[in-house]
Amino acid sequence: MLQGTSQFLPEQVQAKNGQLSTSKPQDAKPRLMLMGLRRSGKSSIASVVFHKMPPNETLFLESTTRIQKDSIHSFMDFQVWDFPGQLEYLEPSFDLENIFGSLGALVWVIDAQDDYLDSVARLNRTILTVQQYYPNINIEVFIHKVDGLSDEYRTDTFQDIVQLISDELSDAGYENAPVHYYLTSIYDYSVFEAFSKVIQKLIPNLSTLENLINTLANNCGFEKTYLFDVLSKIYIASDTRPVDMSCYEMCSDYIDVIVDISELYSWDHPDRKPKGEQNQEAESHVVLHDETMIHLMEMNKYLCLVSVIRNPESKSKKGLIDMNCRTFQEALNDVFSRSWEQEQEQV
Amino acid sequence: MDLRKKKRKVLLMGKSGSGKSSMRSIIFSNYVAKDVRRLGATIDVEHSHVKFMGNLTLNLWDCGGQDAFMETYLASQRGNIFSDVAVLIYVFDIESREVERDLDTYNAIINALKEYSPNAHVFCLVHKLDLIQAEHRQRIYDERSAMIRSRSEHFSIDTFGSSIWDQSLYKAWAGIVHKLIPNLTVIERFLHAFAKRVDAEEVILFERSTFLTVTSVSSEIGDMNPIYDRHERLSNIMKAFKHCAARNTHTTPASAGFVVMHTKTPQFNVFLGRFTDNTYIFLVVPPGEAAYNCAVLNTMLAREGFTKAAATGHGDGFPLPTVESPDGTNGAHD
Repeated sequence: MLQGTSQFLPEQVQAKNGQLSTSKPQDAKPRLMLMGLRRSGKSSIASVVFHKMPPNETLFLESTTRIQKDSIHSFMDFQVWDFPGQLEYLEPSFDLENIFGSLGALVWVIDAQDDYLDSVARLNRTILTVQQYYPNINIEVFIHKVDGLSDEYRTDTFQDIVQLISDELSDAGYENAPVHYYLTSIYDYSVFEAFSKVIQKLIPNLSTLENLINTLANNCGFEKTYLFDVLSKIYIASDTRPVDMSCYEMCSDYIDVIVDISELYSWDHPDRKPKGEQNQEAESHVVLHDETMIHLMEMNKYLCLVSVIRNPESKSKKGLIDMNCRTFQEALNDVFSRSWEQEQEQV
Repeated sequence: MDLRKKKRKVLLMGKSGSGKSSMRSIIFSNYVAKDVRRLGATIDVEHSHVKFMGNLTLNLWDCGGQDAFMETYLASQRGNIFSDVAVLIYVFDIESREVERDLDTYNAIINALKEYSPNAHVFCLVHKLDLIQAEHRQRIYDERSAMIRSRSEHFSIDTFGSSIWDQSLYKAWAGIVHKLIPNLTVIERFLHAFAKRVDAEEVILFERSTFLTVTSVSSEIGDMNPIYDRHERLSNIMKAFKHCAARNTHTTPASAGFVVMHTKTPQFNVFLGRFTDNTYIFLVVPPGEAAYNCAVLNTMLAREGFTKAAATGHGDGFPLPTVESPDGTNGAHD
């Protein structure tokens, strides 16, 4: 079973395979660590993205006092660890191996509305430590709460922070450290977008998936296609055309519509009988006032494929699109089957 | 009276700051709840005409609620304001600290209404319910409704609890609009027959721009659906998505809308499409690909029959299946 699991860890972690197999199986899940100074918004991000909390309710979250570990069961199991800001994890008394030993990504949250020099300094120290012992860890920097900043100020802050960190890193001799930066806010879709990018890096088969989606999108004349994790509305892959925020927003909201309507009408009663054959996966599409079509198809328990279609020729061939999506579904489930579950079934 | 061109005078009253203009903007002017903060106080009376269901136009009088205005309504403008009223919507702020005084004002308004339009419908909305803790909501609402009823003279009033932050607002306004549509029984008879023919669990008619439920019918099975507030929730869901679509296609919410929506799931199938100029039809049928396609086709055919008959003025614009000339249209594909 362990072998099957490690196959789904990102390649870079596989290098540490020897260590993985000695740890307990649940520790082998990729881990997202939310770190940053206190009150920078780590718990808010976790609640909004993984627990569907409305953004304005995050005001009432209490400050985190111990490491909150959240297991997310989805297309790929992973853990989200929410660190209290005041925790001095770099002290020798902390078992770094335990924290960073089997890990996917370190998400560092910086409050862009506050003085960020402290946070950047602390981040630099962390990066240097982590880089030294665990060089394959992705470092993702969320420059957070940017909803309150003007566009110009936002860009300035971004450049300033990037400069501060890369200077420090190159001084220490790390030229190509895996550090990425995102501007985020919980009040719009940017935090979902950023998390999507973070998670995508942890998916071992991403390039295969993207190729599949590209083929599908080209053949069906889709303008943009996303493969969504329904629960968190993070997209785990999309076609490789540039991301269009408006398409993302509509696709993501359309999932909400379908989930909400399903909630209203999926009640069970012995007298409720189907009237004929139908696919077991949900399928839905809507045509908007400007003839844009949004097409949604459930892929499996966790994933659904949402596409924006503007090409009038494609729209008239709805049957063909459905068929292609079904073919894609088979391919996807082959690529992405949760092999450890299958192994369990076989046992 | 010509039923096909009907204008109804609707008075929207209540104390200053109780939320009259906010709810009007959300329901009729495509505001989202958090935008109403930008609204200023209503000065005197703001008139607006809302076209609703083609042959029904609401002439909405949003009456500013500051004491000075209230006095003029009751004194010098009494005849102007209170004559020919079809509906009075009176809004109470649940957080108000002067409940007795509010009720006195309400009573004065009711007396004026009794004098000039004794046949008007009266709706009282107990508003801002979201500010009360969930466990006390029902009790406080019931108490307040009872007090309002006791001061309503001979009028039989309807009360609703509402909040702009959830679907209760849609419930209240759907209830109000339901009372205003002139030939509702005809529409309902048509929908009943139609639902039976296509074997639908539920058929809902939504008004196009407001997404308020005009009316709905459900089969015996559909009636067993345990979620009672599903209609207002649907209004809320669809309107939210309409806003999203408008935002992302660079158009105004007023001109955004849906041409058609199909949804197939293992438990149910849903079709949403334009029915008449001002309505969407929302059809819930049991799963089954073939049966669903038939139901959709039949809806299209019924729509044609519906508009054709409406054009010739058949049955006040709403044909009954029995008198519809190409009668086979509804059942042909069953």
